[in-house]
Amino acid sequence: MSDAAKLTLGPLLFNWPADWTAEFYSRIAELAPVDTVCMGEVVCAKREPLLGATLAEAAGELADAGKEIVWSSYGLIADEKELAATRDLVESSDGLVEANDITALPLLQGRPHAIGPLVNVYNEGTLQWLVSRGATRICLPPELPREAIARLVESAGDAELEIQVFGRMPLALSARCYHARAHGLHKDGCQYVCDKDPDGMPVDTLDGEEFLAVNGIQTLSHSIVELSAEIDELLEMGITRFRLSPHRIDMAAIAHVWRGLLDGNRDLPRARRIIETVAAFAPPSNGYFHGRPGAELVI
Amino acid sequence: MTGGALELVCPAGTPASLRAAVDAGADAIYLGFRDETNARNFPGLNFSRDELAEGIEYTGSKGVKVLVAINTYPRAGNPGPWTKAVDDAAALGAWAVILADIGLLDYARRNHPDLRRHLSVQASAANAEAIRFYCDEFGVKRVVLPRVLTVEEIARINDAVEVQTEVFAFGGMCVMAEGRCLLSSYATGESPNMNGVCSPAEHVQYEERDGQLVSRLGDFTINKFREGEPAGYPTLCKGRFRARNRDSYLFEEPASLDVSNILPELMDAGVTALKIEGRQRGKAYVAQVVSTFRRAVDAAARGERPGAGDLSSITEGGRQSTGAYEKGWR
Repeated sequence: MSDAAKLTLGPLLFNWPADWTAEFYSRIAELAPVDTVCMGEVVCAKREPLLGATLAEAAGELADAGKEIVWSSYGLIADEKELAATRDLVESSDGLVEANDITALPLLQGRPHAIGPLVNVYNEGTLQWLVSRGATRICLPPELPREAIARLVESAGDAELEIQVFGRMPLALSARCYHARAHGLHKDGCQYVCDKDPDGMPVDTLDGEEFLAVNGIQTLSHSIVELSAEIDELLEMGITRFRLSPHRIDMAAIAHVWRGLLDGNRDLPRARRIIETVAAFAPPSNGYFHGRPGAELVI
Repeated sequence: MTGGALELVCPAGTPASLRAAVDAGADAIYLGFRDETNARNFPGLNFSRDELAEGIEYTGSKGVKVLVAINTYPRAGNPGPWTKAVDDAAALGAWAVILADIGLLDYARRNHPDLRRHLSVQASAANAEAIRFYCDEFGVKRVVLPRVLTVEEIARINDAVEVQTEVFAFGGMCVMAEGRCLLSSYATGESPNMNGVCSPAEHVQYEERDGQLVSRLGDFTINKFREGEPAGYPTLCKGRFRARNRDSYLFEEPASLDVSNILPELMDAGVTALKIEGRQRGKAYVAQVVSTFRRAVDAAARGERPGAGDLSSITEGGRQSTGAYEKGWR
């Protein structure tokens, strides 16, 4: 079963300078054993114009390196500009487009597409409806426990099911930009302050305990979901795709650990050790998978 | 899509609140069954099948409609409670069901084609394209709009799509896109989507520490209050947090949504119905808010601009906000 298992690099969620982004994807193309790379701006339409050309070039480089490119839609499509940009994305993409908002579904009708983790797929009815409408690959929402994941895999038919196994978890989206708000600004005059925090702005409790991370209109977990210890269970269920969500760390190293796991290496303590060393900016968590609070680490 | 007074859709967490809302002037009542199928799954709240039957009898005698909210996401492996809720709402003669999940909408459309379907705010359909999708695919007749839209955006949606729209008028505000927020389960393991609860009370603790009242949710401190400072419930997004070395209400100040001073604008925007939040509230609260909004809605229908009803005593933190309806909120 692990022969078929594939690694996906999720979309870059953060507002990095164009040269960082270019360098990041060059390195992925050259060094990271991932099968698929999701590209495109998912969080904020205001960032897109700064990045379009860089992403297009990076996509070419990644494709030359044999990676499959998937273009991901915005997570929250509210105004006409965002809608028009989504329409353009769908029309200009030859390969799979990943819908992260229901709004993208009618645009994708009649062609195979992917469903991202920001779309609510909680049960068999929804999953089967989406598959009947052309979804061939579905990355499930982060809060699903193992029992739900297992039942969804059973009803997925030919569709591939994907789980995020590394990176901060997407927890919420809002019309309001909390990065701007924390800087005393409004979304409309945000001065792109989200570029100050390459992995999200730390949000601590009043006790100084690390809790969440703000990324523009998105709220992420502080902890990094880390499901290396759950790999056998995920494979046995029939999960065939494993998503790594990018951070400003050595993602190629994370991809190598996961490639090793999928190829049968079962030195799990070593895998956890490398992941924790490379991603030292936040602790691991796996609570959701075990039916616990998402912030918890169940050992 | 306009015409006449705004329809006043009012909450009922108990049969007593249902009667209070009807008697105070509600046009419609929304409620849920006593289980995880609705997004206010709190102890001691909601309706048994018999109570719903009695409620429909009472509302029917007054010409008031009943809407049943079945707006959480059915659990993989156990869709039974959700499909049964739809079946029973239909059998008991509810005017409409309020649904969020695609699979459940599809079930209702196939099995109860004549049962009117409204799209819950928990589906977070925030633009014309998404709304048209739900109308085309599942025959949705009315959409409860997310609290993320400005009045101008609502107007454009009503121009673009042949569907009734319902907007939140008063009560607690979600600052996140509804139905797409996992903050509660990140801290407690229970979420609106999966369990019908947000920041649930059984995970809340209050501690006295250094002369301060500390409110905690799960393992996390959500707020601290000095002596004499009014202490709000620790709903996660309404907490005080530290970012950039500053303690603040990072996501939202404790405030209640109140649109009573923009009713003419909402009517001009083509809105059909106003929704009052608060199925978890007592009957006195419901009666006060509903009667105040009844007067405001009737005044607006006469072409008057309603004065601010005096609801400040029952708003969160004594503060009112028009939220995202005004663009400056963002």
